[in-house]
Amino acid sequence: MSEIKVSVVSSNEEIYSGEAKMVYATGSLGELGIAPGHTPLLTGLAPGPVRLETENGEETFFCSGGFIEIQPNEVTFLADTAERADSLDEAEAIKAQELAQKELSDRDADMDFTKAAAQLAEAAARIKTIQKLRKNK
Amino acid sequence: MANTKEVRKQIASIKSTQKITSAMEMVAASKMKRTQDLMMIGRPYSNKIQEVISHIATSNSEHSHPFYEDRTVKKACFIVVSTDKGLCGGLNINLFKSIVAKAAEFKTNGIDSSFALIGLKASAFFQSVGGEVVATADKLGDQPNPEDLIGLTKVVLDLHKNQDVDEVYLCSNRFVNTMTQQPTITQLIPLPAIEDENLVNTHWDYIYEPEAAELLDGLLTRYIEALIYQAVVENNACEQAAKMIAMKNASENAGDLIKELELLYNNVRQAAITQELSEIVGGAAAV
Repeated sequence: MSEIKVSVVSSNEEIYSGEAKMVYATGSLGELGIAPGHTPLLTGLAPGPVRLETENGEETFFCSGGFIEIQPNEVTFLADTAERADSLDEAEAIKAQELAQKELSDRDADMDFTKAAAQLAEAAARIKTIQKLRKNK
Repeated sequence: MANTKEVRKQIASIKSTQKITSAMEMVAASKMKRTQDLMMIGRPYSNKIQEVISHIATSNSEHSHPFYEDRTVKKACFIVVSTDKGLCGGLNINLFKSIVAKAAEFKTNGIDSSFALIGLKASAFFQSVGGEVVATADKLGDQPNPEDLIGLTKVVLDLHKNQDVDEVYLCSNRFVNTMTQQPTITQLIPLPAIEDENLVNTHWDYIYEPEAAELLDGLLTRYIEALIYQAVVENNACEQAAKMIAMKNASENAGDLIKELELLYNNVRQAAITQELSEIVGGAAAV
């Protein structure tokens, strides 16, 4: 078995469905490299890039959280929101990061601290994805 | 016999009603396409999460989640998905009827019912019928946001966690095709067990990162949310389809009515002319 079936779905669309030789993702406890024949694993998905090595080169997606289910011949990403990395806009991501940072520093404002922290983590992960993608090109 | 002026007035009013209903029919037809697309878009996610859940159910987990637990049932909760607006035929009322029947059946078995309502029509109905309402969510619009449903879902799941509710049912219309919408009641909690024998007798389990309890709780909650969201989206597609059919029927009925009234109008007019003529002839003969 040299390929593993991968599906990336989010609640409002199916992002990717196909085969890959290797999958890299960020689980809630750290980076994961998933090769075909991986032992069954269930873990949270941290905001960050999901990278697939396929026959026709690499594919990168951005996921902002969710779950990963791994079976020996299948990986399923249940993402809260996922998008193709190519469609990510760096300027927009940086703007979101600044906004989240501002909200964090402005603690007395009427807002949810944990929510702002999550937003900041997501924006940072978005930027990381874009920059990684740039480097690869 | 009615006079011509009255009949003419009636025809004019029915014609303007017909214009409204046919406009509504066209609006519903165009919205139907969009709501159906939305329903299709959500399918891959709910299919996938269902697959994962069934994997979990077959795994030999050391941790059993309360959602799988069969308790003695003292109280059931119905999550009712309805529309915000009316004029969609018997769509809502058929669903409500089946729920009321189910609740009555539970009552005879000593099970109380409570309701979590989505959509204004359900709120209005259960206000007049009575029944314990634990949560409502309405005005979700044509493109419902999953976040708008989280509150209601949390209320219901918390009730279940605190043992106030033992079973949870999801009641909504299934979209069969444009002509048919099927009111259905599906059991959400306890999650139905897998019946495939081949799958049940396996001896494997996941590695859970981090804790199994925490992870399963998150995933199962997400699953329930996804099912409810999918039901709301599907109900929207049903609403538009039912509305289109209802308005089409109304326009057709208005057409029939207009035809009948025009016949009546012509009869009345002819009778008046005949009467006038005979009066003139009679008058001339008298002279």
